[in-house]
Amino acid sequence: MLENALKGNKNYWTWIVFLLVIISIGALCYLKQFTFGLGITGMSRDVSWGFYIAQFTFLVGVAAGGVMLVLPYYLHDFKVFGKITILGEFLAIAAVCMCLMFILADLGQPMRGLNVILHPTPGSILFWDMIVLNGYLFLNVIVGWNVLEAERNSVPAAKWVKPFIYISIPWAFGIHTVTAFLYCGLPGRHFWLTAILAPRFLASAFAAGPAFLILLCFILKKVTDFDPGKEAIQTLAKIVTYAIIANVFFLICEVFVAFYSNIPGHIVHLKYLFAGIHGHGALVPWMWASIIFMLISIVLLVNPVTRSNETTLGIACTILFIGTWIDKGLGMISGGFVPSPLHHVTEYVPTIPEILISLAVWATGFLIITVLFKIAVNVKEEVAA
Amino acid sequence: MGNNRRTFLKAAGISALGIGTAPVFNLFASSKAEEVKLKPGFLNKESALPAKHWGMVIDTRKFKSKEDMEPVIEVCNAIHNIPHHEEKNHEIKWVWGEEYEHAFTDAENKYINKRVKHLPFLVLCNHCENPPCVRACPTKATFQREDGIVLMDFHRCIGCRFCMAACPYGSRSFNFRDPRPAIEHQNPNFPTRMKGVVEKCNFCAERLAVGKLPACVEASKGAIAFGDLDDPNSTVRKLLESNYSVRRKPTLGTEPSVYYII
Repeated sequence: MLENALKGNKNYWTWIVFLLVIISIGALCYLKQFTFGLGITGMSRDVSWGFYIAQFTFLVGVAAGGVMLVLPYYLHDFKVFGKITILGEFLAIAAVCMCLMFILADLGQPMRGLNVILHPTPGSILFWDMIVLNGYLFLNVIVGWNVLEAERNSVPAAKWVKPFIYISIPWAFGIHTVTAFLYCGLPGRHFWLTAILAPRFLASAFAAGPAFLILLCFILKKVTDFDPGKEAIQTLAKIVTYAIIANVFFLICEVFVAFYSNIPGHIVHLKYLFAGIHGHGALVPWMWASIIFMLISIVLLVNPVTRSNETTLGIACTILFIGTWIDKGLGMISGGFVPSPLHHVTEYVPTIPEILISLAVWATGFLIITVLFKIAVNVKEEVAA
Repeated sequence: MGNNRRTFLKAAGISALGIGTAPVFNLFASSKAEEVKLKPGFLNKESALPAKHWGMVIDTRKFKSKEDMEPVIEVCNAIHNIPHHEEKNHEIKWVWGEEYEHAFTDAENKYINKRVKHLPFLVLCNHCENPPCVRACPTKATFQREDGIVLMDFHRCIGCRFCMAACPYGSRSFNFRDPRPAIEHQNPNFPTRMKGVVEKCNFCAERLAVGKLPACVEASKGAIAFGDLDDPNSTVRKLLESNYSVRRKPTLGTEPSVYYII
């Protein structure tokens, strides 16, 4: 099926070349980071995780979001999702690949990465994160590829694939739960020390992931003959609506607990993010933008008129995606590190090379999505013809 | 520390010598040999200082100003090849001074007396009994020794910095760049590090192995005591018995092994 990715029109190749250029620029920056060290980033002794780990956290959510198609289709036989379930699985593959690349980019000694397997440490959550992420990648490759191949041959998918599909459903919840456990089990990091972190991560995942899929479907509709169907998009939009409301609700729970209990350790990080402390507030406009974006998206999504209109739905999904990205991909990690455990305020701002490396990882993810979606759409067109 | 087996074997070994009957002697001798095998080589040296749980007591009354602390910090920096980077983001610290409100963040007090408010407190790795950093490390590159010391294997560390996020005391530093050019005088008796690994205070494990007390203790002119917290007759225990002492962030359950007499 791979051969489908090698034939395309001029637009397809322009897009591929564009992505390759961004990847090459990032690769050069990574070469610099590889030789100099992580000192080329904005990270410091106080803020020891930055943009890379934040992107990783956000993208685990996008990967897990794919399950919002897989679950209704395979567990509830919701046939409307039949055409686009494969897209959810392929999006998960691309997102997990980005996650793994971001972790690798963040390692001080990437050549020693295999030590995690050579010296397995079940007491460390990072060990389990390695297992669940690679496992999820494996599951989606197996399931996605086999189901698509069966569709191409107009036969039902092999029976042995079924167990993998069923396992992949709880596994999707697992990847984001384990990722939340990376943070919420650390003493002395009060911003993350909350039992609601995993549910909050899942809520934002099930909003951002499917919202991104809706946008990708709109793009596919424009550049190919593939039509996911109005009902599929609308159902997906309802899932996004509930998930983003749950996400904002969880955030309100966090704010209530912090401010009503009046415990300084819990308040101070929220204060840093939304008001700034001691004159430091680089993230304040971003965080408010995130809140406003999420709230507007809720208004547009709850209202049936704006939800069923493709233009307004597109706007809602776009600002929702940006809002949740700021929330998790910018605020969540920095917010936990500022102020430091010794109550010093060291701010973090990513450097240009750091952003270029991150963009290259995103571009690689988009390249994987493009190739996989191209294959999926071509197969579907082939079958239809 | 949880090494009742060792204590038992030791006692058993000694009593076996007393009994002196050949078969019993041999039986216990073999257990003793097994015990020796389990310990890393440097701890078997006769010169090594033994303890079941190393701990430190810092008498903050004896550090009156920043100047009193400087020799203590400098000797540590010098013998451990700690680099001095100009850029603050890249700095490496094993032991350093912090004001009360930063060292004891959960014991803030608006009206605390002036002496304590402006006194610099020495802070370093607490060598916790329940170290969150060891729990977090995905490769066992940071680990807890039988005698309670939390150490780093610089060759195994992958530089994921999970331990830095886990440490509630900000005691860990990461080599954001090659540290070697930033070391003024290299001490050939202690390893230098490479970029991309985490490091921290090691309670001078390399000195304990050859019968010396930690360098900061030696340089402190009696302001820092070091000894076995499990031994009721040790200097540290006696100091703790006769003085009021505190530890940093005790509510987190990490059980620091560094005590402060205020």
